[in-house]
Amino acid sequence: MEIKKIMCACGSGLGSSMLVEMNIKDVLKKLGREDVQVFHSVTGDIRLGAADLFVVGRDLAAFIPSDIPEEQHCILTNIVDKKELEAKLREKFGM
Amino acid sequence: MAVIDFIVNILSTPAILVGLLAFLGLALQRKPVEEIALGTIKTIVGFLVLNAGSAFLQSDSLNAFGEVFNYAFNMQGVVPNNEAVVSMALNDFGQASALIMCFGMVLNIVLARFSRMHYIFLTGHHTLYMACMLAVVLSIGGLDGWMLIAAGSCILAVIMVLSPAYCQPTFRKIVGTDDIALGHFGGIGYALAGKVGSLFKSKNSKSTEDINFPQRLIFLRDNTVAIGITMVALFVIVTGVAVGRGILSEDPSQFSYLNNLLNVGTETTNNWIVWSVTSGLSFAGGVYIILSGVRMIVGEIVPAFKGIAEKLVPGAVPAIDCPVCYPYAPNAVLIGFLTSFVAGIVGLFVLAGINAAVVPCALILPGVVPHFFCGATAGVFGNAEGGLKGCIAGAFVHGLFITFLPANCMPVFTMLGFTSATFSDADFSWLGILFGNLAQMAPGMPLFIICVICFLLPILYNFIAPKPKKAADAE
Repeated sequence: MEIKKIMCACGSGLGSSMLVEMNIKDVLKKLGREDVQVFHSVTGDIRLGAADLFVVGRDLAAFIPSDIPEEQHCILTNIVDKKELEAKLREKFGM
Repeated sequence: MAVIDFIVNILSTPAILVGLLAFLGLALQRKPVEEIALGTIKTIVGFLVLNAGSAFLQSDSLNAFGEVFNYAFNMQGVVPNNEAVVSMALNDFGQASALIMCFGMVLNIVLARFSRMHYIFLTGHHTLYMACMLAVVLSIGGLDGWMLIAAGSCILAVIMVLSPAYCQPTFRKIVGTDDIALGHFGGIGYALAGKVGSLFKSKNSKSTEDINFPQRLIFLRDNTVAIGITMVALFVIVTGVAVGRGILSEDPSQFSYLNNLLNVGTETTNNWIVWSVTSGLSFAGGVYIILSGVRMIVGEIVPAFKGIAEKLVPGAVPAIDCPVCYPYAPNAVLIGFLTSFVAGIVGLFVLAGINAAVVPCALILPGVVPHFFCGATAGVFGNAEGGLKGCIAGAFVHGLFITFLPANCMPVFTMLGFTSATFSDADFSWLGILFGNLAQMAPGMPLFIICVICFLLPILYNFIAPKPKKAADAE
């Protein structure tokens, strides 16, 4: 499935998810995919259809409901590491 | 004159003011027109959403809780929740808070550039809450207008670099780099937990990550769930005691917010347990709405702030929200939370004892949110310094700390009528206590001068004090 919308999430949907969102936007710019929408919210808002790709830290992986297919998960070991983020996004975009 | 009135009216409407702030940030980054319009409108709507959440939180839950608690225990019970107290304070201090936030961020860039603390504080919701707290506290000292805004911005900028600075010695050990810092106004509590943890340092101290610890409690990281569970539990217990003491047969006219509990003017008859559950969940709902509003505001302002700061400050270190350190020690997160929460309960009983035997004081109820987010961070700090024992000891001391500190801070806020909620995180409390007392001892001009000096000191120090070798090498 083509990725058009990415959602980042954290416990209160304010701090770390916004940081990941800013990083994703930087990476998308580098990949020339600025057409992709990115937004952030609380983990409780993660549900099938809310976005095409869900980005969370590995400590929050359990918050992704089981009905969301594996290819829409993007789990980060280090949420501030842009290199890891870029590698994982490239893989998801098939680049 | 009509034009001037119009401009003054715009500048004194907080929602439009924060919208202008976002507009400025986006325009300075030379964003396309449609993005500027989108961001500005979202920010204004965010502020209005925040107001709506605030009204709902107070009318449907917080005020009633205060009254029931007072009836049940004949003393003041305080919920430590940043969102609740900020939403109350923004009613009267919205304009000053917005301006302090704006100029505080500008001065943060100045400090990052010209002092030795090169931190850019990116946790926008805490910047907003702190701006609000400073507006409230400094106004006690008789400051208003531009003096209130200037003094508040100075102190805000100082804490925006100081808080990451005192966390950095331990935070560096957790993340293994100096390229990022911790930007969370529970800072002094984490620094303390790190210090306590280091007392348990030994060669063979076991890390929390060497043991097996069930991860099931992790669901409490969902803010809405955590607040819902705590507030329902508190409402049921407190209302239960009040019912036991006969609140249901009291004359309803002596209460202002309990019409639904006492079934005044309601069509259906509410059972008190049902009322407690819905009121507790309303609290979670109110905070959810407030957080959505805050998210819309900071979501536009912080990226602009980050972009501008990175251009102006070479070698700027971003200071970011506390969950960033959780993946480094998932067990310490849960052990830290549990220990901190237990300490909060212990602290509550100590406060009750003090209230009964020594002096009347406010009871700080243990909130799951501060104990989770701050307690978990304290646990990670304690673990980094002293392993499992350090984690437990550090988080326990932290839990007591964020119970007694707000209790000491309450007199300052009670003076302004904020009786049922207070700031939970440690930096808000210590600054509130310090400047609340300063405001009463040295109101007016002296207070203003103290605030400006606090801002200038780190810059003067940078230029006057001899540079340590490491810093000299870096330049």
